[in-house]
Parts: sequence; structure tokens; C-alpha cells
Amino acid sequence: MSIASVFALCAAAAVGLGLYGLLVSPQPLRKILAFNLLGSGVFVLFGVVARRGAAAGFASDPIPQALVITGIVVAFSATALAVALLLRLLQVSGSATLAAHSSARSSRDPAGT
Amino acid sequence: MPDPAPALDAVTAGAFLLVLAIVVPVAGLLAAFAAGGRWVERIALTTLPLGLAIAVAIAIALWRTDAPIVYLLGAWAPPLGVALRADGLSALMMAITAVVICGVGIFACADFRIPAGATEARAPFAFWILLLAIWAALNMVFVAGDLFTLYVALELLTFAAVPLVSLDGRAETLQAALRYLIFALLGSAFYLVGSALLYGAYGTLDIVLLSHQLRAQPATLVAAALMTVGLLAKTALFPLHLWLPPAHAGAPAACSAVLSALVVKGSFFIVVRLWFGVMPGLPGSAAAQLLAALGAAAIVLGSIVALRQERLKLLVAYSTLAQIGYLFLMFPLALDPATARLASGGALAGGILQAISHATAKAAMFMSAGLLYAALGHDRISGLAGVARALPLSVLAFALGGMALIGPPGSGAYLAKTLLLQAADDGGQWWWTVVIQAGGMFTAGYWLLVLVHTLARGDASAALRARVSRLQEAAALALALCSLLLGLFPWDAYLAIPAGAAASNPLTLKALSSLLWPIVGGAVLATLLGRSGLPPARLRVENLLVAVIRPVRRGVLVLSGTIERLDGALRQWPVAAISLLVIAMLLGAAMQAAQSLD
Repeated sequence: MSIASVFALCAAAAVGLGLYGLLVSPQPLRKILAFNLLGSGVFVLFGVVARRGAAAGFASDPIPQALVITGIVVAFSATALAVALLLRLLQVSGSATLAAHSSARSSRDPAGT
Repeated sequence: MPDPAPALDAVTAGAFLLVLAIVVPVAGLLAAFAAGGRWVERIALTTLPLGLAIAVAIAIALWRTDAPIVYLLGAWAPPLGVALRADGLSALMMAITAVVICGVGIFACADFRIPAGATEARAPFAFWILLLAIWAALNMVFVAGDLFTLYVALELLTFAAVPLVSLDGRAETLQAALRYLIFALLGSAFYLVGSALLYGAYGTLDIVLLSHQLRAQPATLVAAALMTVGLLAKTALFPLHLWLPPAHAGAPAACSAVLSALVVKGSFFIVVRLWFGVMPGLPGSAAAQLLAALGAAAIVLGSIVALRQERLKLLVAYSTLAQIGYLFLMFPLALDPATARLASGGALAGGILQAISHATAKAAMFMSAGLLYAALGHDRISGLAGVARALPLSVLAFALGGMALIGPPGSGAYLAKTLLLQAADDGGQWWWTVVIQAGGMFTAGYWLLVLVHTLARGDASAALRARVSRLQEAAALALALCSLLLGLFPWDAYLAIPAGAAASNPLTLKALSSLLWPIVGGAVLATLLGRSGLPPARLRVENLLVAVIRPVRRGVLVLSGTIERLDGALRQWPVAAISLLVIAMLLGAAMQAAQSLD
């Protein structure tokens, strides 16, 4: 098995774990972490593509690395934005969940009291 | 054109306009951010006419040269460099974006005013900066020449759109924003995996280069399926719409207008670029039918749930869901049966026209819904009696906007519908004819439901809490009128419209009767399915009718209640994420089947 295949399998595993986390964990913070894991898997995939030299025929292609750096910046900003939203939600509502029923309850409460 | 491969290494005349279209909003954004305070609004309002002028200039330049405008960054030609390209589709989308953003800007002046005495307020500061950011990101989506630039533009668009949802800082809207962000990130991760696979297989992400090299191999099919489904999640096509209703209904009116009219069109436009530009020969018939089937389900579910809403803004948000479904009907209709390739013909023109007329009409509808909310302090549909007398212009804007969605002769939606129906006739795909006609009836249904309530007798002027600004009403009306008159624009210069589709006389009996049917059907649907019920009957004939209708209505309401619960179940997080994976697999399987048939 070549190095590229090993890394590609690692990438697939990270993507799979990230997807699983995004699917099943109810807490938003875990979802954000799972997204980061998924993203890391994708970045490793770009690394594998660079290592294989892609179809461009280079020994090792520099362009995927440039793409990955951009991707990391994007994922970093996304995480920062998501965590900021999450913190604000925690401050305003006292809980940080994404379940729709909790918002219905909080909007019903003032009317009931 | 004799040469099938467009020149890649040539910067065409007017190319600097493409750069300006991105740079001017970004420059305005940065200047506003640095200046702060009351300067933010002034700088944003100066940028609006500038951006509009650039969009118009690009449209004129394209109309003159009749070939795509190309700009190469740093004069490096692809595959080494990155190109910006504008064809007819980009020019139209940029022009309509500029028009809607200018309308929203005028509308938002009154809503986002810094209170006297204060030097800066959080919401106006964020709104103007994010508005310019959305504009820059959308222009980048429309002119980007390679798939990675599209990815960056798409992410910028999401990052600018998400905070707009939670501008008022309430817990519900923060939750809606977070849901939107995380689901959109899942979608963009899928898109990124797809582009990594494509780069690995072909060594380029340039759209034109890829379209020449693309072969049907497993990596390509997987990439195509993943990228498409990631974009569908961002466009909120049924059943991936969990984030849309709370986000679009909870945001302030000006923000809802931008989100609903423009932001979802950004990712839709990338689907079009991907399917028509990068891989017209790859998807095949089954995948295209699958996309349109999801669109048809979106129309039915979105419209039925819209009819069951008690709040006006949620009704308009669900109407967006249904109209997004309408946009995806063009994919099987554009498929050329002889070559099994997607052709840029009448069906594509119809789909783009639908997107354009929906952008203007839906912006007008959200604005007028926001005006009603501000004036009444609530937006319960059953509490709208008498509003038409108290706020005639706001209700007129809503009426004209909804009318433009149904598509009276002369409007953009009418032309779009004509083109799509013609394509369905030519391809012998009668089932899409049924869906298109039924979609018009559903649209008329929820439109009539709201109108009947606003026109009912009641004393709303006593309940008015705030005055409505004439300027805001004028902005909403102008956008609605724009959508109503879009059909008269000379589209042939930008879209491949078959001869005769646009030229037909809009005032013939046949054209007028095409408007009558949706309205009659819509009246029946609204009577049977509207949850807010009908205003109290005053005539004996009406009482008689009600007695006949009531038992039927009770049965149908049970059915539509089930559909509403289904919508609730689909909008649960795990269900939506699993649907995402299932659709990706189905798309991949459909494309694989189409390839093995050849």
C-alpha cells in the first residue's frame, strides 16, 4: 500500500467520523467540532491529491496546498462565527440547543406567566 | 460561432468592469467599517448607485459584443491562473442583484436609522456592512471562472448572510442563524470534497477547461453528486430545508428580502454553472428527473404548509420554499433527448427568468409583510381585516408581488412559464406540464388567502401602532412593478430564447385565460386548505356555499395537517442530514446508470 493510499484512508476515516458527529450529536458545540474534523479530512484529501501530483504531472503539485490554506482560513472563520453565535445564544437564552421545540417553549413562557 | 473552444488566454474589452463589480462593494465595505458611526450608511448609500451603474455597464458591454467578457487575474491564463468570466446569465443575475439591493437599501434607510443622540448603533452598522458583503460575494459567484473561486464566494455569501438572520439578537433568531450556519457548512464541505476529487482527476478547476476534459469515471461521478447535493443544502431544496423557514421568517424585513430574493439564488446559480457549464453530458436523464422531482415535492409541500400558516412572514417564507422547487423543474426539460446532454436553450432561459422574477417579487412581498408587521405590531393573517383600507400601498405592493409570481401576461414569470411549458411539450414530458400548472394554482392559493383577509371589512386604522414611511412603500412597489414588467425586456441578447416565445401578444384571450385558471384553482385551494379560514360570510349565497364546503374542508384539513407534521419531521436535524446523504447516493447512482446505458 502506498503512502498516498494510507493518507487517503485516513482522510476518509476523518470525514466519516465528522459526518457521524454532525448527524447524531445534539449539542451545537459538538456539531462545530465534528465539522472541523470533517474539514480536516477534506484537507488531508487535498494533501493526497498534491502528493500524487494530480493530473498536472508535477512530482508534487503546489496548487492543492494553496487551495488547502484558503480552505483552512475559511473553516477557521466559520468556526469562529459559529462559536460566537453559540456564546451569544447561551447568554440570551441560558441554554445552547438547536432543537426547535425549546424555542417554541421559550416564546410561550412569557405569555403563560 | 465557428470556433467551439472559446479563447482562454485573452482579456476582452470591458474586462475591468468585472473587477470593479467585485472591488467596488468590497471597497465600500472596508471604508464603511473603518469610518464607522453615521458614515456607514452614507458610504453604503453612495456605493449602491455605483454598483448599479457597473452592473448596467456590464449588461450593455455584453449586448454589444455578444461574446463572454473574460478577465485573467495577473494575466496568467488557466490552468495556472484564475479567470473571471461573464456571460449572459452572469450579466442578468448581476443586474437583478443590483436592482434588488438598491431597492432594499432604500427600504432599509428608515428601518436602520441611528437614533438621535447616539453616534453608532449595532444593528445599522452590521446591516449596511453585511449588505455590501453579500453584494460582493454574489457578484463573485456570478463572474467566477473556476470551481474553487466559486467555493470561496459561496462561503463569503454564507458568512455575510448568517448574521443578517440574527440581527435583532433574540434567542429564536440566534438559534435559526446557528442552524443555518452549521447546515450550510455541511453543504460546503461536500462541495469542497467534490472539488478536491475533480482537481485530483483533471489537474484543473477551471470551468471551461474541465468541460472539455471531463470523462465519466467513478471519481467524477462521485464529485458531481457530492457537489450538487452540497449546493442543494445551501439552496434549501426540499427535503434539505430545515433552516429556511425560521431564518427567513425571523429576520428583519429588509434582511428577509435579501436572503430570500438573492442569497438562495447564489448557490442555485452554482448548480446551474456546474450542470450546464462543467458537465452538461454527465448527469443524464435520471439525475435530472430526480432534481425536478425534489422540486415538485417542494412546490406541493411548501405551498400546502404555506396555506396552513397563521403568520404572514412564515407564509411568505414557505412560499420561497415552493418557488425554489420551481427553479429546479428546468433540469429535465433542458435535457436534449438526442444527445443526452443539457442544452442551454429555452428551458434554461425559463429557469433563469423564473429566478430573476422571483427575486424581485419576493423582495417586494417580504418588504410589504414587514411594513404590515411594523404598523400592526403583529402579522397574524386572521388579524389583517381592514388593512387594505388603512395601508393601501403596502397591501398593493404585496398584491402586485404575489401577482408577479403567478405570472400575468407581460411579467417575467409568464415568459418563464411559457418557455418551460414549451420545453415540456417539445420533450413530451407532460408530467412537468402538470406540475408547472399546479404550482401556479398553489401560488395563487396563498396569495388569495392573504388578500381576502386584508380586504375583509374591519377597522384596522385604529389598531395601527406606527406610521408607515412612504419611501418604504415606494421601494416595495417599485420592485413588484419591476417583476410585473420583466417580460417586456429584450432577453434575446442574453438568453437563448426560441423565436416566437417572447413575441406573442400578451392580450389575447388565450394569454388572459392562462391567468384565469391559476386564480380559479387557487381560490378553490385557499378555500379548502387555508387554516386561517375565510372572513365571515355576509350574503345568503355565501352561507349556502360554506355549508357545502365545510365537510370537504374538514377532511382536506386533516390531510394537510399530516403534511405539516411531515414537514416538521423532515426539519429535524438527523432526518435532514440523512436525507442529504441519501440524495447524494441517489444522484450518484442515477448518473452511473445514465453512463452505463450509453
